[in-house]
Amino acid sequence: MDKIKEIKDLIYEKLNDVSSLEQLNNLKVEFLGKKGLITEANAKIKDIEVDKKKEYGMLVNELKSLFQEKYDENKKRLEDEIIKAKLEKDVIDVTLPGSIINIGSKSPIERIIDEVEDIMISMGYDVLDGPEIEQDLYNFELLNLPKGHPARDAQDTFYIKDEELLLRSQTSPVQIRAMLADKEKKGIRMICPGKTYRRDDDDATHSHQFTQIEGLIVDKNISLSDLKGTLDVIAKKLFNENVETRFRPSYYPFTEPSVEFDITCFNCHKKGCNICKNTGYITVGGAGLVHYKVLENCGYDSNLYSGFAFGFGADRLAMLKYGIKDIRTFYTPHDLRTIKQFAKKEGI
Amino acid sequence: MISLNWVKDYVDLKNEDVADLAKKVTNIGINVLDVSSNYIPNLKVGKVLKVEKHPLSDHLNICLVDLGNEKVQIVCGASNVKENIKVIVATVGAILPGNFEIKKSIIRDVESNGMICALFELGLQEKNEATKALGIHILPDTAVVGEDACLFLGCDDTILNLDLNPNRFDCNNHIPFAYEVAAALNKKVKLPDTSYREIIAQDEKFNLEIATPNCFMYNAKIVKNVKIGPSPEFIKRRLEAVGIRSINNVVDISNYVMLEYGQPLHFFDKDKLGNNIKVRMAYANEEVITLDNNKRILTPDDIVITDGDKVVCIAGVMGALNTMVDLNTSNILIESAIFNPMNVRYTSLRLDLRSEASLRYEKGLNYEYCNLALDRACHLLEKYADATIISNKYEYDNLKKEERKVNVTLAKINSILGMKLNDEDIIKSLDRLCFPYEKNNDNYLVTIPNRRVDVNPNVYDIAEEVGRVYGYDEIKPTLPVVSIKSGSYTPKLKLKKQISSYLQSLGLNEVRTYTLISEEEDKLFNYKQEDSIKLLKPMSKDKMIIRQNLLMSLFKIVNYNLSVKNKDIMIYEIANTYDKKLVEDTKIAFILCGSYVSNLWQHKDMKIDYYLTKGLVCLLLDYLGYQNRYSFKISDNLPCEIHPKVNSIILIDNEEVGYIGKVHPNYSKEDIFVGQLSLDKLLAKKVGNIKYKPLNRYPVILKDLSFIVDDNIEALDIIKVIKKEGGKLLNNVEVFDVYKGDNIEKGKKSIAFSLTFEDYNRTLTDSEVDILFNKIIDGVVKKFNAILRDN
Repeated sequence: MDKIKEIKDLIYEKLNDVSSLEQLNNLKVEFLGKKGLITEANAKIKDIEVDKKKEYGMLVNELKSLFQEKYDENKKRLEDEIIKAKLEKDVIDVTLPGSIINIGSKSPIERIIDEVEDIMISMGYDVLDGPEIEQDLYNFELLNLPKGHPARDAQDTFYIKDEELLLRSQTSPVQIRAMLADKEKKGIRMICPGKTYRRDDDDATHSHQFTQIEGLIVDKNISLSDLKGTLDVIAKKLFNENVETRFRPSYYPFTEPSVEFDITCFNCHKKGCNICKNTGYITVGGAGLVHYKVLENCGYDSNLYSGFAFGFGADRLAMLKYGIKDIRTFYTPHDLRTIKQFAKKEGI
Repeated sequence: MISLNWVKDYVDLKNEDVADLAKKVTNIGINVLDVSSNYIPNLKVGKVLKVEKHPLSDHLNICLVDLGNEKVQIVCGASNVKENIKVIVATVGAILPGNFEIKKSIIRDVESNGMICALFELGLQEKNEATKALGIHILPDTAVVGEDACLFLGCDDTILNLDLNPNRFDCNNHIPFAYEVAAALNKKVKLPDTSYREIIAQDEKFNLEIATPNCFMYNAKIVKNVKIGPSPEFIKRRLEAVGIRSINNVVDISNYVMLEYGQPLHFFDKDKLGNNIKVRMAYANEEVITLDNNKRILTPDDIVITDGDKVVCIAGVMGALNTMVDLNTSNILIESAIFNPMNVRYTSLRLDLRSEASLRYEKGLNYEYCNLALDRACHLLEKYADATIISNKYEYDNLKKEERKVNVTLAKINSILGMKLNDEDIIKSLDRLCFPYEKNNDNYLVTIPNRRVDVNPNVYDIAEEVGRVYGYDEIKPTLPVVSIKSGSYTPKLKLKKQISSYLQSLGLNEVRTYTLISEEEDKLFNYKQEDSIKLLKPMSKDKMIIRQNLLMSLFKIVNYNLSVKNKDIMIYEIANTYDKKLVEDTKIAFILCGSYVSNLWQHKDMKIDYYLTKGLVCLLLDYLGYQNRYSFKISDNLPCEIHPKVNSIILIDNEEVGYIGKVHPNYSKEDIFVGQLSLDKLLAKKVGNIKYKPLNRYPVILKDLSFIVDDNIEALDIIKVIKKEGGKLLNNVEVFDVYKGDNIEKGKKSIAFSLTFEDYNRTLTDSEVDILFNKIIDGVVKKFNAILRDN
């Protein structure tokens, strides 16, 4: 029993303030190892009188618990100290730059196209495409622009090999193809963003290659006010809710009536600013009700069906939206410092 | 260009504000681009009272000028200034053309309060040596001192510059424009006087023959004894206001009438012409010397006017020198005709002779005005050139002249415009347009006036006319009332979008480049050395061929960026290309150069190399669902811009869909990696949906092994053997080390694989895996003469 007391005091003494994990482990061996003090004390139970065995056992167990308690205490304290010391060493300069993971971006024109597509798909319009090398038939003839028509002047065209094949001067041939493909003549809702080509000398506002977004609906009782409302939806989504659409009388061989559509300046709201050249309005594109001859060329009964079509330049809208002054920026030279400005989402 | 003073002859514009008029006319579709005035305020008639030499100058004079209410001192440099002449004085505050403001000034110590003007300084004459030599303009004595000099000169006109839609080029003429002004302002049009006296000349023998169906209408009249001289002031001023130089009364009248009606006229010297007009198609290679003294070679597509034999005019384009009206002309044949617009267009384009007249012929003319213009010319020649008009009129008329009438209803017009107009609105609009109509209950029978060749007898055309006059601003936005349906992309566009956004997520930047390229560019990255597709008439050398690949366009971008010291260039483009048979192929092309991940200060850049390039392509192909269906194979058949050893073609289901490779050192010192795939080929390879596979509940057994093999043995070949020997239980094989150098014989390499064995239904035993493992070793050793390395 005295031995027990002695071990107990020893535990209190030796495990009072252990200075390293190594020392702590040595103590474990000293007390609980094969020849440890507690192990040995435990072994002595066989020499204890029967009626005291139980009490002795309890005392030895108490010793074990006490040791474990002290051991754990020390271990926790020592490990905490080690981590604390490690943390002290883990010093970084948070102002040094992070690693650069180069992130991709979408071309500004494609951004405009995507936005328009989202709006139009939500209103049930399909997105279609068509060949860029087109037949005169689809690019002009069926659009009520027969050979020799003066309005062909306005779309000075790149011809290929003979005068029947050309680089499309507008995306309208996609509309023609869609109307012809509507065999059951049930009507159509589609848009067709795409590349177009005209014999323009490249400068800040002209490009021989540009991007049109055209839209078409053919159904029953489609009116000019439906056109205005649809364009209004697009303008509001692309710019902001305050933007309104205005029509001005115009002329296209493939629409009747024909209009040009402007939007109120998204920047100044009609007050006049640099962007709208103090007019309060921005010219966006051309539109109108599909010409009855075009409908009939494509097999629709123009007494039953009507439709509207519109078209505008994605380049121009991107220039307006992002404040780009030179249309060539979209095509050349693609300086990375330009590109990287578009690795960002739209503003809210 | 339109002279507003001229328009005032036809429409009452008293008290109309010019800016308001321009706005209203623009609103109905006749776009007024800008409004300018040739009136300059603060110009006065002055009388020079005294002229003294400037004491400090040889050529300057000090003049005392009476301006009526004051006498001012002006320093003048003109040599023709003298006492007692009346002159134009720009007083202090006047702003002359070129934004030159007249200020009180001191010229060599002498005060000057204004400027005595020459005509060129007022923009009334061209500035040249001749007009400068004229000196200051001396006004006739009838000018009243102190009055407005501009008004005295007749410079009080407002000029409207129009930007017309192609169907309304007629509005470049004053009468058609007046109709639009009247419609915009709700006023009436008064047409000019076309009356004249006629002399009956029985002995006149003249023969008109039309020998081509391309002459639709031909009217001619003979006028005699014209006195050629200067035009009256109003004709001069008006022609000059719209940019046409005044020549003499006869020539001016022909232009004046054209600018009134839009009907071009041609005046022949009747004495040079003789007694015959025959209109026919030209013979091939027939020659004529035109008014501009150029020899023209004709074709059978050109309509010509002849004197029965030789050409005297290329119809609608230009007259011939042989019958030109000159200062000695006294008898004239006036031609007012309508020709096939297509022929005039082709001829004027071919000869590069597009004149005011030919442009009008091309757009199509109105037969009413064809007759009226002839009469108007007779009227003016009688009045201003003392001409005697011979009563005979020589006419040919082969025009179809059906009256253009159309039935429209209020309901239909409203359904087209999406408006709620009432009868009163329609009536008001038709009245403004001067479109006659008969109303019968709900129906309007509208007659389209002949002057409106652009309007067809169709309800849509009438709706457009009503709409533009009523005002499109009144249209309230609505959305189509149609059945609901879903909108979608075509499969190809959808795939294109998916690839595009995946490439962006891998760090690539989308670019758009030109489809048209130069011959030099066409040679770059030309895969199969295909023939080029050339444009028929290219605009310039750098845009003459339709490209067949995208890489050279991207390569240009990379070189540009390298030249401006931009690094880490990762770009792609998806665009259509065409082969020589014009078959479309949408290609996905990309170029990578620099670091994929960069960290300068820690020196931890991840440089782009072949394997990173391949890794990105694999990611894309896995994303597209081609896992386990593709492979990479080195090729010696790629464009010469590609490194012969660092490249591979990409195969899906053993079909080539594209290639990747390093740019050949001949073409760039930088490490540049390129790739191009065919979107159309990918689209043709169908893929299934994602099928979820549950995780294996049983443990896997991992085994590593490495071999020494000949350096030229490809990893994939070894893997194929390992997989074959390993059988179903071998789930995965990965290369985890390749080593050449110390401890390895030259020409050999060590290659290490990590193998994963598993079964989804049970726990594998060590012994069965060991059997497979040994089988694999034996297989590889035998097949490749490999040596197993101990680990």
